[in-house]
Amino acid sequence: MSQTATMTGSAPATSGNAATDPRGPRPKPFFTPKKIMIYTTLIFFALYFLFPLYVMVVTSLKTMPEIRFGNIFALPSAPSFDAWVKAWTSACTGLTCNGLSPGFWNSVKITIPSTIVSIFIAAVNGYALVNWRFKGSEIFFAVLIFGSFIPYQVMLYPLVMLTRGMGIFGSLQAVIVIHTIFGMPILTLLFRNYFASLPQELFKAARVDGAGFWRIFFEIMLPMSLPIFVVALILQITGIWNDFLFGVVFAGPQNYPMTVQLNNIVNSAQGTPEYNVNMAATVLTGLVPLIIYFVSGKLFVRGVAAGAVKG
Amino acid sequence: MADTAVQSAPAAGSSSRPSALKKFFLHNLSAKVAAIPMVATVLVVFIGCTIWTIYYSFTNSKLLPTGKFVGFDQYERLFATSRWNVSVINLLMYGAMSLVLTLGLGFLLAVLMDQKIRFESAFRTIMLYPFALSFIVTGLVWQWIMNPTLGLQGTMRNLGWTNFTFDWIANPRMVLFALLIAGLWQGVGFCMVLMLAGLRGVDEEIWKAARVDGIPTWRTYISVVLPMMRGVLVTAVVLIGSGIVRLYDLVVALTNGGPGISSEVPAKYVYNYMFSGGNIGQGLAAATMMLLTVMIIMVPWAYLEFGGKGRK
Repeated sequence: MSQTATMTGSAPATSGNAATDPRGPRPKPFFTPKKIMIYTTLIFFALYFLFPLYVMVVTSLKTMPEIRFGNIFALPSAPSFDAWVKAWTSACTGLTCNGLSPGFWNSVKITIPSTIVSIFIAAVNGYALVNWRFKGSEIFFAVLIFGSFIPYQVMLYPLVMLTRGMGIFGSLQAVIVIHTIFGMPILTLLFRNYFASLPQELFKAARVDGAGFWRIFFEIMLPMSLPIFVVALILQITGIWNDFLFGVVFAGPQNYPMTVQLNNIVNSAQGTPEYNVNMAATVLTGLVPLIIYFVSGKLFVRGVAAGAVKG
Repeated sequence: MADTAVQSAPAAGSSSRPSALKKFFLHNLSAKVAAIPMVATVLVVFIGCTIWTIYYSFTNSKLLPTGKFVGFDQYERLFATSRWNVSVINLLMYGAMSLVLTLGLGFLLAVLMDQKIRFESAFRTIMLYPFALSFIVTGLVWQWIMNPTLGLQGTMRNLGWTNFTFDWIANPRMVLFALLIAGLWQGVGFCMVLMLAGLRGVDEEIWKAARVDGIPTWRTYISVVLPMMRGVLVTAVVLIGSGIVRLYDLVVALTNGGPGISSEVPAKYVYNYMFSGGNIGQGLAAATMMLLTVMIIMVPWAYLEFGGKGRK
């Protein structure tokens, strides 16, 4: 599949800066018309991409009167974190006024187990698919990949009935199960390709020495798969944190994740909208994936390039 | 895909047949046990739930999926509902614009990034960060920026441009463009990264040859490099396409389908009929239509990918 090709190709390609080029451009005056055009266009787009972040942060630090009479570009005259505090502790979601903090903790409670369970299952799948193929395993894998393109809406209602039948509908367990299911195709693909790239001699040697399925997995495969674990981790944490649909359908109001609460605060709150609080809440919700993004750097690129299959 | 795993034939294959058979089966047993979640996901969720949905879309289920078989009634009603038709047209228009612009801008930016520029990694960081954010965050930020009274429009009017108009979010004719601006903001950077990876994968010799032949750079990009990036392009189209079909969160956050029904999309229609409209049959019929759409996108792609592999 071509995704895998681009995924593996992107990391070295984007990291190998122009410095490695043996010829290199001949030293030229820096301000050629071409260069000016390139940089102008890039800077224009950079502004388009940065503008919302700037507006979001700036607005969250203003007071409401300043927002009402000022302009959207202006820096806050007296930056204050009042809106942030309110967004965190006491903003109203239409029903309750506890701010975003319950949503944050719900998201944590959803993201951590979902990430661990989904990655573990996918790693085992990938390992079994590469080293312990059984009859039909490739077919299951193909359907799994193909299934990742089925719109979630198609499977949503039957899954509601299934989780209800299992007695976990409207609970954290339900969301965790759903995230595990829908994270499986891409993560399995990721691990399968990674394990396939490892030298098979290691596996064979372990087999000769009499190690079994789990022993080889835990003692040989896992210790060698740290890089792919990091990619999977980035992928799952941002993906699950940013999820809205599964949270709103399966978690139940008690466990709504941060995205759902954020949307409720902004879009269904009564009374005059407090834009500074709204923007503070928005920044807060975006903070976790942003931190992961800035910390992980190039690994994030690899992660999303792989994860985009998830759509 | 399969070619990566070919060399990893099961270990048992190499040992002598009869004595190894039992051992082989036993070892595979633990592999099978380990694969139960995958098998269950495939059989129960991807196949089972999909068939269930298609089956019940032919019933008149209301609050519970217990209705009796009514043939294509739900589909007839679906296409007689203006909200659905608006949703489909919206998705087609948004999808076409989004696909063309995401690919176009993604490619343009990738080409610019490929000109041995300075600060490349800074530019990439800036262009890609929106992709880390959720559609909810994206939608809400742009909702605020496009707020007619206090957002960009109000600001520009206060600054003196009294005729400045940027009320797309409140204008039924323009609301799709509002969605587009937010959607592009979120997704173009990612497309750029994919394209850039594709560009960097092109052999340097091609560039030398083109230079020797005196072909202008832009011409080389369009006529030589672009066709060579077929794999990346197909991937990008499939990814963007399947993302478009699922468009939901962004609409909920940015416009919630408004003004009126002018920015409704199919995924939202499905959700509303299933979970707040109490008309499950109708929601399932709409979901089945979404599935059909994806199949129309996916089947040619799968044919290209796997059909090509079969010939090897």
